[in-house]
Amino acid sequence: MAFHSEQLVKELNGISRDLRLDVLEMIHRRGQGHPGGSLSAAEIITAFYFHHLRIDPSRPDWVERDRFILSKGHACALLYAALARRNFFPRDELQTWGHLGGRLQGHPDRIKTSGIDMSSGMEGHGVPVGAGLCLAARLNGLRYRVYVLVGDGECQGGVLWEGAMIASKYRISELTVIVDNNNVQLDGPVHEILPLDPLVEKWRAFNFATLEINGHDTRQVLDALDAAKEVHDKPTVIIAHTTKGKGVSFMENQAKWHGLAPNDEEYARAVSELKGGLRE
Amino acid sequence: MMQKTSVRKAYGEALADYGAINPKVVVVVADVSSSVFTSIFADRFPKRFFNVGITEQSLIDVSAGLALGGMVPFANTFATLFLRALEQIRTCVAYAKTNVKIVGGYSGLSDFKDGPSHHTEADVAIMRSLPNMTVLEAADAIEVRKMVPLVAEHDGPVYLRISRADMPILYDDSHEVEVGGSSTIRDGDDVTFIASGMMVSRCLEASKILAEKSVNARLINMYSIKPLDVSAVEKAAKETGAIVTAEEHSVIGGLGGAVAEAVVNKYVAPVERVGIADVFTETALSHEELLDHYGMGVEDIVEAAQRAIKRKKK
Repeated sequence: MAFHSEQLVKELNGISRDLRLDVLEMIHRRGQGHPGGSLSAAEIITAFYFHHLRIDPSRPDWVERDRFILSKGHACALLYAALARRNFFPRDELQTWGHLGGRLQGHPDRIKTSGIDMSSGMEGHGVPVGAGLCLAARLNGLRYRVYVLVGDGECQGGVLWEGAMIASKYRISELTVIVDNNNVQLDGPVHEILPLDPLVEKWRAFNFATLEINGHDTRQVLDALDAAKEVHDKPTVIIAHTTKGKGVSFMENQAKWHGLAPNDEEYARAVSELKGGLRE
Repeated sequence: MMQKTSVRKAYGEALADYGAINPKVVVVVADVSSSVFTSIFADRFPKRFFNVGITEQSLIDVSAGLALGGMVPFANTFATLFLRALEQIRTCVAYAKTNVKIVGGYSGLSDFKDGPSHHTEADVAIMRSLPNMTVLEAADAIEVRKMVPLVAEHDGPVYLRISRADMPILYDDSHEVEVGGSSTIRDGDDVTFIASGMMVSRCLEASKILAEKSVNARLINMYSIKPLDVSAVEKAAKETGAIVTAEEHSVIGGLGGAVAEAVVNKYVAPVERVGIADVFTETALSHEELLDHYGMGVEDIVEAAQRAIKRKKK
């Protein structure tokens, strides 16, 4: 397993903070969007797009690239911000998010947006689609890996578990699923809407290798992604324990902020909190 | 009586034969491989065959993933069971424009013995309303053989509807199919039958009965339901002035709906629709009996033609 320097971790933490600021600016400007589940995944998306993924922004269709599916497509502001900072498209274009005729749709669109590997928005598809992408890699003799980021609420859907069974049937070790386990879904706390516990045991029962991490600890995210590559006989799931709305005190753990844009005053407060550094 | 051949078996054989030519073709199936004859492909190309069990939603999503990875997946189950995966088909295939070939077996009433749970009355209406989706239906074993390479080489999502029935052979090996095409089997100028699948041969029988009554019926096999061969429909409306559609499907939204939509534009003509009359059907001892009972008999087609002719503008 690769050693990750203090400097790398510090650098990535800075990017996570910048992406959170991007997300809030985008949602505030548009007056629409999903701040809670975007802020919870900032360290995860940063680890992927600024370190872990084998991708080349100058060749978005490179056949050997790693694939990333944002199955929790409502967090697309975060993904767009990361893609823009990696030069898949100009950062100015973030201002056109959600505008009629623009390339940045309300949820990710693989046809319209450079760097999006699969269209998403309806929950649950990422796991089986990712399994299919891995089966294609085997047939084509390619060695790319496929990463799928799902929400915890998303784990309530049956198609995700169908996909999990298929991935384990074919021992698809090239597939890594990350659960952004932020405990809150649109209508309220996950344990009240439809409890998932014991979540880790569920994945284990579906024959996945399981890892549990603090999803806001960049070093743990990096280490877990490396560890998943060392599993060769089954797919891996990383349960990343996170906080919905992480980094903005009044958004944290609040279902209300699943799909709500901050007003001017709330936005100013959120920015000043984030610029003051992530509260631990 | 014309010779009858299994359409589903012809599909299974054609898929395996084409699989030998095109190494990108993969077959995904949801536990009905021996029923829809993808087992032939499985025996010849086990590495390109994936049985995903009774997971219709993932059958589609895994196929979408295979397509994203550059393969040409044929996703197979019973036509009705694809309705369980409709959101997957809409979002991950049609909207995401993945090159997935959806093959709905046991279509219409052809699984007569298993009853209405297994009958398919709405698939064409649903599939053809999805943007980016092409919808084809095979009318005999030769046609389905011709459709396999067409479907595989067409760039984009396709829904191919296949009956469980043995069907009369209409064509010889010179038959050609194309997306957006149709095949005129019989020419005539009094009325036009526009039919798909099993109903094509029934319309052919009806046209012979009409000929004895000095009514000259044209017969078009509209195997490409979407895109529809609009010029053939308009030509029929203009030249024969009366149209009868015939399909093993609800009269709402399927081939009859598509033809009616097309016929209101340029040359307006009366359209009589033969099909399932917005009801759920029943179990029966034979497919033919079921078609006759639910208004898709040869006599029903003859009467529909006579009504359409009566409605012509003098």
